[in-house]
Amino acid sequence: MTRPLIFEISRPGRCATALPALDVPTADLPSSLLRDDLPLPEVSEIDLVRHYTRLSQLNYGVDTGFYPLGSCTMKYNPKINEQMARLPGFARLHPYQDEETAQGALFLMYHLQEFLAEIGGFAAVSLQPAAGAHGELTGVLMMRAYHLDRGDDQRDVILVPDSAHGTNPATTTMSGLKVIEIPSDARGNVDMVALEAACEEHGDRLVGMMLTNPNTLGLFDEHVEEITALVHEHGGLMYGDGANMNALLGIARPGDLGFDVLHYNLHKTFSTPHGGGGPGSGPVGASERLAEFLPLPIVDVDLQRSDDEELFYTFVDPPKSIGRVKAFYGHFGVLVRAYVYIRMLGADGLRRVAEHAVLNANYLKGRLEGTYPLPYDRTCMHEFVLAGPPDDVQAAGVHTLDVAKRLMDYGFHPPTVYFPLIVHEALMIEPTETESLETLDGFVEALLRIADEARADPDLLHAAPHNAPMRRLDEVHAAKKLTLRWKPE
Amino acid sequence: MKLDPKARYTEEHEWARQDGDEIVCGITDHAQESLSDIVYVELPEVGDVFDEEDAFGVVESVKAASDVYMPLGGEITAINEELEDDPELVNQDPYGDGWLIRFAPDAPDDFDGLMDAAAYEAFVAEEEA
Amino acid sequence: MLAAIGARSIKDLFDDVPERVRFPELDLPAALAELDTRWELESLAGSNLTASDCACFLGAGAYNHFVPSVVDAVLNRGEFYTAYTPYQPEISQGTLQAIFEYQTMICDLTGMSVSNASHYDGATATAEAVITAINVHRLKRRKVVVSPFVHPEYRAVVRTYTQGMGLTIVGDENGGSAGLTDLLDEETACLIVQYPDFLGRVEDLSGLAEATHAAGALFVVVTDPIALGMLKPPGEFGADIVVGEGQGLGAGLNFGGPYLGFFASRKKYARKMAGRVVGQTVDAAGERGFVLTLSTREQHIRRERATSNICSNQGLVVLAAAVYMAALGKSGMRQVAELCYHKAHYAQQRIGEINGFSLLDDKPFFKEFVVRCPEPVQRINDYLLDEWDIIGGYDLGLDYAHLQDHMLLCVTEMNSRDEIDVLVEALGEVTS
Repeated sequence: MTRPLIFEISRPGRCATALPALDVPTADLPSSLLRDDLPLPEVSEIDLVRHYTRLSQLNYGVDTGFYPLGSCTMKYNPKINEQMARLPGFARLHPYQDEETAQGALFLMYHLQEFLAEIGGFAAVSLQPAAGAHGELTGVLMMRAYHLDRGDDQRDVILVPDSAHGTNPATTTMSGLKVIEIPSDARGNVDMVALEAACEEHGDRLVGMMLTNPNTLGLFDEHVEEITALVHEHGGLMYGDGANMNALLGIARPGDLGFDVLHYNLHKTFSTPHGGGGPGSGPVGASERLAEFLPLPIVDVDLQRSDDEELFYTFVDPPKSIGRVKAFYGHFGVLVRAYVYIRMLGADGLRRVAEHAVLNANYLKGRLEGTYPLPYDRTCMHEFVLAGPPDDVQAAGVHTLDVAKRLMDYGFHPPTVYFPLIVHEALMIEPTETESLETLDGFVEALLRIADEARADPDLLHAAPHNAPMRRLDEVHAAKKLTLRWKPE
Repeated sequence: MKLDPKARYTEEHEWARQDGDEIVCGITDHAQESLSDIVYVELPEVGDVFDEEDAFGVVESVKAASDVYMPLGGEITAINEELEDDPELVNQDPYGDGWLIRFAPDAPDDFDGLMDAAAYEAFVAEEEA
Repeated sequence: MLAAIGARSIKDLFDDVPERVRFPELDLPAALAELDTRWELESLAGSNLTASDCACFLGAGAYNHFVPSVVDAVLNRGEFYTAYTPYQPEISQGTLQAIFEYQTMICDLTGMSVSNASHYDGATATAEAVITAINVHRLKRRKVVVSPFVHPEYRAVVRTYTQGMGLTIVGDENGGSAGLTDLLDEETACLIVQYPDFLGRVEDLSGLAEATHAAGALFVVVTDPIALGMLKPPGEFGADIVVGEGQGLGAGLNFGGPYLGFFASRKKYARKMAGRVVGQTVDAAGERGFVLTLSTREQHIRRERATSNICSNQGLVVLAAAVYMAALGKSGMRQVAELCYHKAHYAQQRIGEINGFSLLDDKPFFKEFVVRCPEPVQRINDYLLDEWDIIGGYDLGLDYAHLQDHMLLCVTEMNSRDEIDVLVEALGEVTS
């Protein structure tokens, strides 16, 4: 089945949009600065719509089915969010307009800052970072700036657990700092002996530690308060990677556990859609001592311009800000969605989110651990990791990748595969709280059947998927014969 | 696991062979096998100078990017330009056509201090255990 | 379910959480039903004054451009917006093919060979261009020359991003652009200009490109994709990397975000480019398909050796841009550009004739131009808003000491002749 590219259905002279005629006199055109040729497609509106409709039908979204991608929190995206974000009063607002004309937007941002601060246990929040990784860069630069501000300029080392998401060490390098990797212990916690040794060795050069808790194994670190105390003792700061906040809403606040700065992922925990890869939003929460380093600007109340009836909201620059991390104020359209989500759940609702996310994950773990190898036999949080297919299946040459591809034939999106790196053949499963019991049971049934299939007919799995819109795609070919754009024949 | 009996080896799975005043260097058969299909090789420029154990390049497969390290310090005198279009040469003939660099070693006598084929074979066996 | 797990209650599942901090009472407003939520949000949105209510002549990096209805129709499809990053390509061909088409169109628009699948916005794309240039030079060149007429916030973001990298960033200290080429030397990794520049002006970049290349540095151009509907693309001037803000391609204003940073470069820099990129391949049945490729540059594989930490990008906004560029296409993009060009020139000519107002210079411009005003810009904008329901231009005095009382006005295809005539009338009464 050939699926044409938009360029292949293009026909000269067609256009999908009718624009108004010019209603002013024409000015001279600077002929030496004009382009000769503009090779963009020419399609009619109906062909355009059909093209994208058919493309969408090749996709699998949360709206299609179960999407247990560990670390991504693929929860249901409420439709009300989409409508509210599109209100003209938000959508047609220019960022540089006078603040007086944007008070509704500023109110929303201010209160979202407050909500996130309350949820995370922080003194202040910036909504500016555009994604989790962006929030990480922000937080690490803030920690670095804090030390430099105190004249502590020999600190250049960040401790990162071996289970950390790749963005953690990459962020460290971007900030001009060095990574010291800390191994995990047999229970999946940070190895305290190794951590103590690292702190002893690098103590006076320690900027801080980046910690995800619950971690990428889905486990709540049993020594988290010892860890934060130890790092603080050596003059370092604690950065929290908030990707796994879905397990903590109303359960524990990172600020209370000793984290100095943390990024939230609104597109994970707070239901804003993943959009095929973005846009996300990665606000950053900061403790009292780091609040003044937050990126500029943040929203505050302007008491001068407020009165008894109404508060006036304005942008202010934190006094020792690390600077701007993007143009304008952040992903406002995404912020609206998160605000709506929090307003509709309230404190009780958020707590139930965490409780059900953790319950669902433990249920799946309980039903699968007899068949699939479980590296860490502990209560998990909102996700858990299996070490691939059953041992006998792996011995016969069937791997996590094959199981993942075969799951597609059962109508499920695969879990996260081959991450975290510390588990061989990792399969990371995160059901989220928005799934029903029958969906979870259906997923378990599928995985159990696939294990049997792997024993009876391994080639069935090696050749999977069989029923997806495409058969298994050749990634080696893509990398060798690099074709990153369409070219006419 | 194939070995070149004339080559010396490093713990990072590079091989080195003397050729006149220069050393030819590449990655071992064991290394290419673990990486599987190699799709790209990043090489230094002729004239670049490195110390022993410095990373001089990267060998990439679809799923991993492995640094390659200097068995000895020296100045790069040649790079294998064939790998630009045919990176799979490293998989097919790691000790021959899949060579990565030639360099002039700072301390040629240090060559004998590198592991020989037997020692490397034992080293790999122990790593796997 | 609890029985299946062997737990007595849900609370037991949280035994690993220190008791001292467990189950905090969060001080948040009580939950709202959908009806009440709508009321609140509509009230908040309604209290804003926007380009829906007023004629808008404000630009400066975010533009009031037309968004055809097909864009939202496509974006609203759940299969697109509720999908994740296409790491499992067999069930993500919709996203992957749309990105591949986007990459192709960005290449054609900018005159470059490769494009990635986006950065967060024009500012961060510019910062990533600097990081790419530094890496192309293998960290041996640490100087960046930047024009003062690159968007002030972009220059600020470049400085924030690179504050831990030991770079020297020069060229924009004094607000004047004379002598940019004088700053080029063998320490320079790249030179960055904006086209059209922050003041809306357009000039031939060949001389700058040549000088930059002569110094062995990369020529980076920050551009406006709407302008490229009619203007010569930076690729033809010799750009090595082209970045910019794709907001005008169907993202709408949205109070500053989410927007779209595009990044395109020469073929030889493809492997140094940060961000996700989609490539063509075949499946086991020999059918053409698309996958994320060149992943070994990225953070999840290179980790601390990655040149950038970017993970999520602008996903759905990329789709919007692709739909926009396909919907307008060859003729439509040209037409939008010409509408902006002629309307802006009409406005500039008429305003230049108003007593008390004068034009900054007579250099060629695209859709924005600078006017020296007889009064502070803030005061004029208050007047325009209060009395005429007009959102006025940008106050350049905020960023350029020598441009106090200078307003940057923007005119797009969204401004009718009537609106422009009313603006002229309103400004005409400023000095009376």
